[in-house]
Amino acid sequence: MSTTSLPTPTGQPTESRAAGRSGRAGDRLFSGATTISGIIVIGIVTLIGVFLIAQAIPALLRNNANFLTSREWSPGGDHPRFGILEFLWTTVTSSLIAMALAVPVGVGVALFITQYAPRWLRRPAANLVDLLAAVPSIVYGLWGLLTFRAVIRPFEQFLQQKFGWFPLFAPTPISGGTIFFIGIVLAIMILPIVTALSREVFDQTPAAHKEGALALGATHWEMIRTSVLPFGKPGVISASMLALGRALGETIAVTFLVSALAGGTPWTWSLFNGGETFASKIANNAAEFSNPNKTGAYIAAGLVLFVLTFVVNSIARVVIERRKAFSE
Amino acid sequence: MAKRIDVSDLNVYYGDFKAVEGVSMTVEPRSVTAFIGPSGCGKSTFLRTLNRMHEVTPGGRVEGKVMLDDQDLYAPSMDPVHVRRTVGMVFQRPNPFPTMSIFDNVAAGLRLNGVKSRSTLEGIVEKSLRGANLWNEVKDRLNKPGAGLSGGQQQRLCIARAIAVQPQVLLMDEPCSALDPISTLAIEELIIRLKSEYTIVIVTHNMQQAARVSDRTAFFNIKATGEPGRLIELDDTAKIFNNPSMKATEDYISGRFG
Ligand SMILES: Nc1ncnc2c1ncn2[C@@H]1O[C@H](COP(=O)(O)OP(=O)(O)OP(=O)(O)O)[C@@H](O)[C@H]1O
Ligand SMILES: [Mg+2]
Repeated sequence: MSTTSLPTPTGQPTESRAAGRSGRAGDRLFSGATTISGIIVIGIVTLIGVFLIAQAIPALLRNNANFLTSREWSPGGDHPRFGILEFLWTTVTSSLIAMALAVPVGVGVALFITQYAPRWLRRPAANLVDLLAAVPSIVYGLWGLLTFRAVIRPFEQFLQQKFGWFPLFAPTPISGGTIFFIGIVLAIMILPIVTALSREVFDQTPAAHKEGALALGATHWEMIRTSVLPFGKPGVISASMLALGRALGETIAVTFLVSALAGGTPWTWSLFNGGETFASKIANNAAEFSNPNKTGAYIAAGLVLFVLTFVVNSIARVVIERRKAFSE
Repeated sequence: MAKRIDVSDLNVYYGDFKAVEGVSMTVEPRSVTAFIGPSGCGKSTFLRTLNRMHEVTPGGRVEGKVMLDDQDLYAPSMDPVHVRRTVGMVFQRPNPFPTMSIFDNVAAGLRLNGVKSRSTLEGIVEKSLRGANLWNEVKDRLNKPGAGLSGGQQQRLCIARAIAVQPQVLLMDEPCSALDPISTLAIEELIIRLKSEYTIVIVTHNMQQAARVSDRTAFFNIKATGEPGRLIELDDTAKIFNNPSMKATEDYISGRFG
């Protein structure tokens, strides 16, 4: 490129156009690279999906029971009968219990750390929570089994005695890995996630919003309600969904703790029943994957878990989108 | 409604740093007082002591006395929340609550005061928006987010929000510095109109603005960075701009500052 040192009327635009072209080459390179990575990711996901569905379909076709509404699970043999109802119930209820406990407590802890705790305590408290989020689930499983189960047991008995008339709290002979207990352990596991992410968004509330509320004569709590909570809401929803995703799919700890029900146990609504979640059922029976028909049944169950998580995330997306116009 | 502010010997600190020293002044009710002075001389800091917003800043603390008529704002028994309901504030950058609609923004302060009746709220919201000269522009979209307005409209929304709770004093920290000349003019007219009901204190870097809207002008100055800011003089605006008593004021007004 030859450039004259004199800024001639014709020289000027040539130069800037040249600069523009090299910038555009960079743009092209970058957009090309991102497009390719995007296609690769989508391709891999699609292939996994196709593979799973292809594995599941033959097993589903041979199934003699209703896949969605049956509680039986005998995927082997010439007349396999299997349905996911029990896993669906156990997975969803234990995760809902976990959410009901973890989200309010997590948001509360995050509010305490960011808004109420004395300044010197905030950093250490935040670090501690982040550290808890990094504890591997096997540790929670062990702790639940060895220590926590005995702590929760009297409380479970109390609920069964006093509120046993309520179907969800109906007494059962199971002592140990009840749905209720699993829910509480899951709550403790996802609590750090909810707390850490909520703390992050609450911390980012612009000072201008908080001062705007305070200057109107808001008390500390009213300031939190008018500026911090609305600002943090989408973040809290995302955090909850992430946590719910983890709770739904949690494998190790649940596999460790659940009391599997013997085949043919009569149905009850009670949270003090045992039962397996999708993840624990699959993990507990990895040995059966020798036979393609059996494997297909488990893969089909896994797909339902996948769809469940996907639906949960989509709902969260919609909720966040709807409020978007009202956030910066 | 409007009240007199009486400040005596006020020192303002950020932690150990003394940002403002020895300010005493009286602000008359139903008047506009402008604070002028070079950047960093503590105008905003001092203004924020008048509604106890200064102590919201970590390490912020105040020595001295601020009286609102016969109420001591820094008396131990005085609730800062009560002070802020009495003394409203408009910030330099418009800060409507982004998650709230225009209506809810204006109603926010009323709701904090426990007003629930929809018709009362509607009445006051309309009155405040009219008062802030914004009603005609937003009356058809009260349920749209406040953040969707232009900067000038947002600032008038903030003024409407502040006057909706009928404060006795209105503090404004450079309310026009982020606005175009036309929005600025709209807000200046508004200030002059609001003067009949409120005691208004406005910080501004715009001398013409101070001259246009204020009855009294206070000039603040600092000797050097790191030194505390001080009140140099407070007098009628015409006097400050035409015949100030202090040499420093004259230098600043005539642009010979620094
Ligand atoms: N949050 C803070 N923490 C510590 N020091 C501060 C803080 N805010 C302001 N200061 C200091 O206090 C002094 C006065 O600042 P202030 O913002 O009141 O000045 P100002 O007159 O409003 O300036 P400007 O005209 O630029 O707005 C400055 O030295 C500034 O650095
Ligand atoms: Mg300032």
